[in-house]
Parts: sequence; structure tokens; C-alpha cells
Amino acid sequence: MAKQQPAESWSNGKSVLRHGDVPFRVGTVVLASCVVVLVFAMATIMYLASGEARAAFGWDVLFGQDWNPVATDLGNPTFGAWPAVRGTLLSSLVAIVIAAPLALGIGIFLAELCPPKLSTPLSFLVELLAAVPSVIYGVWGVFVFVPFFNQVFSQPVSTALGDYIPWLAGPVATGRGVMVTGIILAIMILPTIASLTRDVLRLVPNTQREAMLAIGATRWETIWLAVVPYSRAGIIGAMMLGLGRALGETMAATLLIGNSQRISSSLFAPATTAASLVANELTNSVSSLHESALITVAFALFGITLILNLGARLLIWYVDRGMAGGRS
Amino acid sequence: MNTPKNYRWRKFVDQVMRGSTVVATGCAVIPLIAIIGYVLTLGASALSVQFFSDVYQPPNMAQAATDGTAPAFDPNDPFAGIGVPTDGTAPVDGAAPTSDVYAGGPVGGVLHGIIGTLIITGMGLLFALPIGIFAGIYLSEYRNERYATMVRFCCDVLSGSPSIVAGVVIYILVVIRTHEFSAIAGSLALMILMIPIVTRTTEEMLKLVPESMREAARGLGAPTWYSTFTVIIPAALPGIVTGVMLAFARGAGETAPLILTVLGSNVITTNLFAPMASLPLLAYRYTESPYPGENTLAWGAAFVLMMLVLCMNILVRVATRRRAGASR
Repeated sequence: MAKQQPAESWSNGKSVLRHGDVPFRVGTVVLASCVVVLVFAMATIMYLASGEARAAFGWDVLFGQDWNPVATDLGNPTFGAWPAVRGTLLSSLVAIVIAAPLALGIGIFLAELCPPKLSTPLSFLVELLAAVPSVIYGVWGVFVFVPFFNQVFSQPVSTALGDYIPWLAGPVATGRGVMVTGIILAIMILPTIASLTRDVLRLVPNTQREAMLAIGATRWETIWLAVVPYSRAGIIGAMMLGLGRALGETMAATLLIGNSQRISSSLFAPATTAASLVANELTNSVSSLHESALITVAFALFGITLILNLGARLLIWYVDRGMAGGRS
Repeated sequence: MNTPKNYRWRKFVDQVMRGSTVVATGCAVIPLIAIIGYVLTLGASALSVQFFSDVYQPPNMAQAATDGTAPAFDPNDPFAGIGVPTDGTAPVDGAAPTSDVYAGGPVGGVLHGIIGTLIITGMGLLFALPIGIFAGIYLSEYRNERYATMVRFCCDVLSGSPSIVAGVVIYILVVIRTHEFSAIAGSLALMILMIPIVTRTTEEMLKLVPESMREAARGLGAPTWYSTFTVIIPAALPGIVTGVMLAFARGAGETAPLILTVLGSNVITTNLFAPMASLPLLAYRYTESPYPGENTLAWGAAFVLMMLVLCMNILVRVATRRRAGASR
């Protein structure tokens, strides 16, 4: 009876219940707007806080060669984060070069070739890799992977080829450097790219495969010539998201890259990344200019990942829409 | 005449490429198993009653403590005991220290880190829940509005931006203003990282509720807000809880924003406006530590974090599978 009561009153319009929709809508919109406001507030706060460094150095904050936070007899402090920017780009490049083909392979295997029984546990395992906190990759990298990689790859390769190829040159000291960081970053972004690739490949309509098989193509030719090209945009989007994650990764890079401001041509030499520069120095900043320069670096990082995300989402959205259109 | 040769070649390519996708999958699974294996074996060996019940102990004190003798120096003086023999005799000038801090096993524990992580992540989740859940409700109930696309995109920006950026923003907003690192600042940074996870899972889970249930509620005359709170949210509740758990797991593992906001501490503290310890921070600091005993503690901290993530993910997997099975 009690439940029936409101049902009647909704129809005659006298109940409070009927007017609940307006506050409900206002409430959800306001709280949803918090998300939007948060993004704009983050951008604005960092823009304002980076003003001092931008006014003093302009683009040199990102592309200048010298990072000297402390005033010495030789000159005033200068802030040029190019070593960090370069380290970020190089380590992410190594990561994406290793991860992209592997992730494509995993995506194809999971979506096209894998027996259904294996597919669920394998997908779960790959997604688990994405959930492991980055500091654990760092701990594992420092204690297990770096010594192993140093002995098995870095030392022999740099002694054998280092004299001929400058970016493989030694000396390899502790083993921390761009190459090791790139490999760990590759392991970290693999699951992101692989699971997204699998998802876009699964969206390809079956007619695409059947037509190819019907004219006598092998399984691989079907995949490579009919399925992969169909979802090319989505796969590129997945790789951009992976790249965004590699660029912004902080803990694994901080622990593994060696945090050296010196620019070296060798991939085995220690370097630094933008994110680890901020993590290492912001809490120890010596002046407001130093602080402001570090915030500029973080702001640039935010901007780059924002652009990558925007591009990737657009590509994936484009594929999604295209697929839906193709199916109907 | 050419056909059989061509056919053999194509078959060969087919098998090689299909094989290589299997190899690629193996390449992703091997590091996963290596990481989980190392963390579980080395981490488990670091566990003891003391690990869970004690706080930080300096390595010097360690020797004295394990010998069963009282420490011969003031525990609050970081420089006390350097070069002091552990048997309590007076140091001889210029004599080599007889206490070998590098040889000691792990001492002390991470109770302060566990408590700190629970407080910081819990507070962060508390901040993130209202915004995340209501934004998710908005995205699902008014999904076709143009503004919803905007909110969705901002969510993607938040989840794609590097975690250090959240730390930098809160550092500017809270730490610089209050001139103090604080647990509450860490919670706010984690809030920024948790909001997109809670929002997107809530949205996805609400969308999974069959349209017929919405129509049935509407057919009985219930306004949108009433049907949302009494019909749709209860139906999607297990899924929403899942999202909240995943957000907690992700927040508990974040390190980079905490470096810039809570800084870390060596004692148990519940003061939200002071620096606080946290498990991932301990894993990071102990990894960088030169003392083997503290490195062991880093493995232990990594183990606890890993177990948290593994348990959450497996729980979520079991819960969603049962749900999917039930709805079919």
C-alpha cells in the first residue's frame, strides 16, 4: 500500500517525488562538471605557475642545453631541460619500437588465432600486467633486470660494437641507462597496446575474413591483408596511447635511467627523463625560478600526453563509428 | 608449374607469421611471470611478524637490536652511532667501525607504510567517490547530450595524463600554499587519479543494466531520479563496487604524486596535515637505499602491493564473471 501511494501521486503531480528530476539533473551535472573543471583548472594552475620560467627563458626552458639550478661564480642559474626532454623521447622511442610489433602480434594472436579456451586466461594475464604498480617494475628492474641485462647484453655488446656504433658505446657502469629504461617501459605499455589492438581487431566484421578466405588466402594473408588494414586507425590509436603512457611514466624511469644531466650519444649511458627530473627536484627546489622551470616541464608533459590522447581517442572513435556503419 | 612453389612459399609465410604471434605472446607472458614470481618469492622471504608490526629502524640500531643488547646511542640522533662499536665500548679515534651495517639483515618493518597507505588512499577514495559516481550516473543517464561527450573526453584526459602531473598540481595548490607536505595533499592528488576510473566503470556498469528495466520503471510512472536510485543503481551495484575496488588498488600503488605531496615519514602518524609514510614510497626509498637489509624491505613492500593488486583483480574477475553468467 505504501508503495502504491507515490505511484498515484506522480500522475496527479502533487508529490515531491515528481519534482526530484530537476535537482537530480542539476546535482549530476554539477558533479560531472567537476571533472571538466578539474582538467581546465590543472592546465590553468600549471600555466600560471610556470609563468616565471617562461618569461625568463621562453622556449629555452624545454630546449636549452644547460640545467644549473644553483648560482655559482661562473654565472646565474640557467634552466634548459633538453637533456630530460631528450631522455624522455629516446626511452619512449626504444619502448615503442620494441612494444609496437610485439603488441600487434599479441593482439592478432588473442583476437584471431588463439583457441577460445586460452584466450580468456591469456587476456586476463596481459591485463594484469597493466595493473601492476609502476614502482614494482622499478624494484624488479633495479634488482633483477638491470644486473641480468648488463651481464648478458650491455657489456658484451658495448665491448664488441661500441667502437663502431656510437649509440652502443660504453662504458657501461651500473647498467642503468636509456636502453634498460626503454625495455622496462616496453613491458609496461605492452598490455595497454595489446588489449586495445585485440579489441579493435575483434570489431572487424566477419565478411571481411570470409571474402578473403573464399578467394583462397591463407590465414595469415587474411589477417594481414584484410583484417589489420581494416582496423589500422584503431591500432595506431592504441600505439599512441601506449606512447603517452611511456612518456609520462615516472617511477620506473626514475629508478632505472640513472638521473644524469649529461647528454651522451650512447643508449647504455645514464640520462634523465622529464618526469623523473620533476620527481627528483621539485621537492628540493632551490628557488621559485627553479620550481617554475620544473612546473613548465610538467606542463609540457601534460600538453604532449593530452595531444596524444586526443589523437588516439579520435582515431579509435573513428574506427568504432566506421565499424558500426559497416555492419548495418 | 610455378603454382606449387608459390603455394609452398605462401604456406611457409603463413606458418612463420602465425608462429611469430605465439612468440610475441610468449614474450609478454615471460616478463609477467618473472615479475610476479620474483616479487612473490623474494617478497615472501622478506615477510616476518616484525615486518608487519614494526616501524622503521635505522640499520645501525639493527645490529644492537638483533644482538639483544640495548642501543648504545640516542635513536633520535641520526649521526649517533656512526663508527661506534656495537658492544657499547667507547670509539677509538680513527679506528675503523666494527659494526658492519651493510651485512645486517632486514630490521624494522613497514607498519607505518601500511597504515599511511590505507589512510591516504582511503581519504582519496572518499573525495573521489561522490564526483566519480555522480559523473558516471550523468554520463549514463544523459548519454546522448553534447556535454556528456565533453565530460567523457575530460575523463580520458585525466586518466591519460601522467600521474606526476597530479602531484605537481597539488604541490602548487596545497604544498606551496601551506608550506607543508601533508597526507591530505596526497589524498587530493590520488583523488585526481581515481576520479576517471570510478566515473568510467560506473558509466559502463550502469549502461549494462538492460534498457527494459528503465522502461519498466518509467512505465510505472517513476521519474528518472527515482528509477535511477531504486532500480538501476541497485542492479549495477556489484559492478560499481568493482570499479571502486580497482580505483583503490590503482591509488594504493601510485608513487610519483606522493613523492611531491606526502613526502614520507619514518613513524606511525595519523595527523592528516603532516607528512606521512606510504607503502609505495617505502618501496621506492628502500630500493634506492645502499643497505641490503632495506632492499629486502623494499621487496616486502612490493610483495604487499602486488598481493593487493592481484587480489583486487582476481576478486573483480570472479565477481564480474558470476554476474555475466547470471545475466545470461
